Order: sequence, then structure tokens, then C-alpha cells
Amino acid sequence: MTAPYIADFTTLSNNGVRAEPEWLRDTRRTGIERFAALGFPTPRNEDWHFTSVAPIAEASFSQLRGASGQVAKGALAPFQFGESDWPLMVFVNGKFDASLSTPELVAKGIRALDLSTALRDEPTLVEPWLGKLSTSEDRSFSALNAAFMSDGVVVHIAPYIESAVPLHVIFVSDANAAKGVAHVRNLIVAGHHSKATVIESYVSLGDSGYFTNAVTEVQVEQGATLTHYKIQRESQRAFHVHTIDAQQARDSHYVSFSFATGAALSRTNIYTNLNGEGSGATLNGLYMADDEQHVDHQTNIVHSQPNCFSREIYKGILSGAAHGVFNGKVYVYPIAQKTDGKQTNNNLLLSDRARIDTKPQLEIYADDVRCTHGATVGRLDEMALFYMKSRGVSTDAATKLLTYAFAADVLETIEVPAVRTELERATLERFTGSSVAL
Amino acid sequence: MLEIKDLHAKVGDRDILRGISLDVAPGEVHAIMGPNGSGKSTLAQVLAGNPAYEVTGGSVTYQGIDLLALQPEERAQQGVFLAFQYPIEIPGVSNAYFLRSAFNSIRAARGQEEVDPLEFLDYMEKKLELVDMDVEMLSRSVNMGFSGGEKKRNEILQMAVLEPKIALLDETDSGLDIDALRIVANGVNALKRPDNATIVVTHYQRLLNYIVPDYVHVLAHGKIVKSGDKSLALELEAKGYDWLVEPQGALA
Repeated sequence: MTAPYIADFTTLSNNGVRAEPEWLRDTRRTGIERFAALGFPTPRNEDWHFTSVAPIAEASFSQLRGASGQVAKGALAPFQFGESDWPLMVFVNGKFDASLSTPELVAKGIRALDLSTALRDEPTLVEPWLGKLSTSEDRSFSALNAAFMSDGVVVHIAPYIESAVPLHVIFVSDANAAKGVAHVRNLIVAGHHSKATVIESYVSLGDSGYFTNAVTEVQVEQGATLTHYKIQRESQRAFHVHTIDAQQARDSHYVSFSFATGAALSRTNIYTNLNGEGSGATLNGLYMADDEQHVDHQTNIVHSQPNCFSREIYKGILSGAAHGVFNGKVYVYPIAQKTDGKQTNNNLLLSDRARIDTKPQLEIYADDVRCTHGATVGRLDEMALFYMKSRGVSTDAATKLLTYAFAADVLETIEVPAVRTELERATLERFTGSSVAL
Repeated sequence: MLEIKDLHAKVGDRDILRGISLDVAPGEVHAIMGPNGSGKSTLAQVLAGNPAYEVTGGSVTYQGIDLLALQPEERAQQGVFLAFQYPIEIPGVSNAYFLRSAFNSIRAARGQEEVDPLEFLDYMEKKLELVDMDVEMLSRSVNMGFSGGEKKRNEILQMAVLEPKIALLDETDSGLDIDALRIVANGVNALKRPDNATIVVTHYQRLLNYIVPDYVHVLAHGKIVKSGDKSLALELEAKGYDWLVEPQGALA
């Protein structure tokens, strides 16, 4: 299963197509070596117990190279929301498309460029961070990404810069992506006391089968607040693995929301390290799957300093024969006294064939902490259904409305109104077929 | 308009209604009274179609149709309305959206056009006044964080919006102070018309000072044990239920 990738790597190296700096070649070499040693994860691996990646391993996707972009500006309209002055970075089949992008709209003090350009022209924006905020040790997909990472967004927010205008990064795959893999690598550095929002959207035009293997590295410096939304609406035949690794300095706040409705099989890892005292993480998310979809989230919050907080609410709605997985880890080091952690995972099963595996995992080695967690799996409330029906609302409409209502409170935590409205609209449309606000 | 004949119902293995017969004509107000556990609320729930109760015998004919054959939403669309004793909280659905969905469902069933949110808000203005509710209550989630009185007023608001032909008020007075009781009763009275009917289920006579019944029925052990006019309610207030209700054992 790993052989085609290793052969591909050898070919790339021998051709010398990459006149890349030594540090990057080292990163790649380490990546392929680790991948060769680890192979693809199997269900014997505890972190992959409920998710079989055999379909990815067996498909041996070939790397997407070069621009295949024939995406017209108008085609992106369904995935754009918010204001027209939002800066946009668009990657088509894993490759930056300058003609669709508007990095010039970013606020003063913020840089947004594509990884290829940054490596060529401004390596100092990349070298201190890339491959250092994220680890590929023990992680097959991150190792594979390290070996082949091709393009992605590089965002730098200067110290003290506060911007209310989000940067929207859209990774779009079209028919040309079929049978290919894009190893997307993103880097976001939020300078000290800055405040900004970055949105990553993974979307598809059409229904081709492809593989997105993405890694996003995040540094949140002292006193900074980074809001980071991820919207996964890949094609129903796509495979999607994305790892976000965040490192947080003192008094920083990392706010994450993961919205996942796409892909045949998706796995999102959101890992954050509270490395500085007084820092906090808010990780929320909503996943909705139908038919044979498999949607997996794994979060890991590492409390390694005192007086840090973490808040986590994930909700899932599973219908058809869909399979959801949620694994929420919280690790509290002995030194991390006064840790304040709260984790909730609520799931709604709409069919007898739908399945959820939810696993809160708290490892606490400090004695003066407050950490709670709770997971629920349920069906729609019969009394609420009867109440609505007794007012003349049809069974179908009542079911859909209550389903939407289940998701509503976690969507309400999204602070950027345009993002919240869009995801509410998408959710409402999914369950009611109408988009009139509730 | 409503003929109940020898109605039997159970929940789980427990028989609750043991042969109730009752005729209700347009324009009438019937009060169903009785001690706790007599089956009053069950009667209201069964008429509204709560699937938790199983009808084991008898019939209910409403405007010439077999009411028990209809789904709860079809009953509502035909003009049956139940004001719940314990209104259900629905987080995430605004009161306005809920009311408009209900209103439009019922309009659609009657072959009328649906109304849009703005038209609906206009329509709501007078209805809100009727139960002395602030328009702000519409943007809140259904019954979430409402006080006991607000929940009951919200029930009457729904009744005002849906304009039922037969309204079942299930212990609408329970837990209300006298001001709230007056507001609720005034709302109900304002909605009375010669062509609709009201069934008031209550434990106490107090509500009947405000909603004056044409008939009073006393329910015990799942049966109507006495019927009379409004003076029966006063008699019950003075004497309690014991003189009408045999101990459970005596039935067996």
C-alpha cells in the first residue's frame, strides 16, 4: 500500500524537480521514512479503532501536480458567503489559483500568500515554523503530507493587528481531481496580541473521487486570539484527512469550529497545545452524515501550563447508514493546576442503521483541576414531536425542524455573523429544504 | 360536533379511561373535573392523539368523522386544539417560526395560501395583545426559560393563532396566580364563538369563575360519575370529591 508513494517520492527526488532548501528536503525525507515505517493506520491503532482507511490505502491516489484549473469565478459562488471585501485565497485541485484569489484585500499588517511563492520568494515567513508546529511522528497521514506537501496558504498576522474581516481560503476540487491526492499544507502565524479570523473551506464541483490530505500548522502568540473555522463540504465520493496542529502561547485564545457534511470518509484531527499560562481553547463542531458516509473527529487538548481553559461542544446528526466517530482527548500535565476543562459531545441518530462511536478520553495528572465531560446519543424527543404535530405540523416537517433545532445551539457559538448565517442556512436547507431563518 | 361513546384507553398495562361518553355541541363549554388520577388529562391527550395512550374501545366522532383514525396533525388541521398542562420546551426553534409553521400547515390543509413572515407578524400583533404578551417572546425558543404563567399564555396564544373549532384546555389553571389566570381566561373567552366549543379540564372550581361552563362532568376512575350545570362545580368546591367517588376497591 505504501510502495507507490515511496516510488513516487524517489522519482521526485531523482528528477531534482525541487530546487528546495536543505531544511525542507530534510522534512520531506523524514516524512517519507516515517510513512514507510508506519504504513497506513489500521484499526489496531487505538486512534483509528473506529475508522478504517483501507479505501484510501487501496486506492493509491497519484499526486495532483500542476494547475488543472478550469474553475470559473462564478462556479465558486455557492461556497462564498459574507461580504465582497473578504479576501479570498483559492486553490484548485491543490494548486494556488491567483486569478480567483484576492490576497490584496487583506487588512494592513496581514500577509496571505501561497506556500510555493513563500518558499521561493520569502522563505523567512516559512522556515521557522513549517514542520515544527506539527509533528509527523506516529502519524501516517501527516508524515505522507510532509513528504509531498505541495501548496497551501501561508498567513501571517502582525503583532497588535486586529481585523474583523475574515480571510477565506477555499480548496476546490473539480472533475480533474479524480483519482488524485492533494497534500495541502497551511501555515497560520498569529502575532502577539493580534486578533483575526481564517476560514478554510474544502469543497467540490461535481462528484469525483479524490483524496485531500491536509495539514494546517498554527501558532497563536502571546495574547492573540485566532478564530479558525473549517468547513468540509467535499464531494460525496471524496476522502478527506486533515490535521490541525495549534501551538498556543501565554494568554492566547484559539477558537475553532469544524463543520463537516461532505466526503465518503473524512477524518479531522484538531490538536492544540496550551503551552502558555492563561491560554484557552474553544473547539466546537457539527457533523452531519447520511447514506454510507463516515465522519470522524479527533480532538486533543494538551494542558501543559496552569490556569488554562478549554471548552468543547461537538454535535453530530447521523442518518441512513452513516457512521460517526468522536474522540475527545484532554491531557492535563501535573504542573497544569487550575485547569478548567469542559467537553460535551451530543449525537442524534435518525435511523436504526446509523451509528456513532463517541469516546471522551481525559488523562489528568494535576490534582487541583475542574474537568468535566459528557456524551449523549439519542433520538428525537417523542413528546416534542407530538407537541408540534398537535399544532398541525406534519410528522415530516416536525422531524426536520427538531433535527435542525438539535444543531442550532452549537451553530449559535459561531461569532462571525456571515459564517453563522451560512452554516445555519446550509443546515436548515439540509433538514427542511427551505432556507427561511427560524 | 363531538360525540364520545364508551371510550376506553390505557397507557402501558394500566386502564385509565373505562367507558366515557360525552356529547359536545357547537357553542358549548364543558368542564371536566375530578380528583388526581381520575383520567381527566388522559381524556384530553387521547382526543389530541398522543401516541403514548392506546385506545382499547369505544369511538369518537368529530363533525361526522372518526377522530381516532386521524393522525395528531390531521386532528389539528381539522380544528382540534389541546392546550398542554405541561407545555413542551423546544430549544433551537423560535416561537415565531413554530407558530408560523403551525399556522401555515393548517392553512395548507384548508386549501388556503401560506403567509410570509412579515404578513404573519402583522397577524400576530392582535393575538399577542389578547394574552398580554410582548413581541419579544416570539423570538425566543419555544417555551424555553418561560415562567409557568408565560407557558400557559403561550398555549392560549397558539390557540388564538390556530382558531380551533374545539379547544381542550388541560389544567390550564394549574400553577397560575390570579392575574395570570384572568389573562388566560379572558383569552379563552375572547376566542369563544357560536360555532366552536371548549372542554376545560380542571381540578379546581376557581377557573370556572372566569370560564363559565354550560355543563360540568365529574370523572372518577376513568368514568363520568356525575354531570350537571355550573352549580355542580360550586357544590364540588364546598363538598370536595369524596361524596361522589367510591374507593377504588369498591369497583372491583
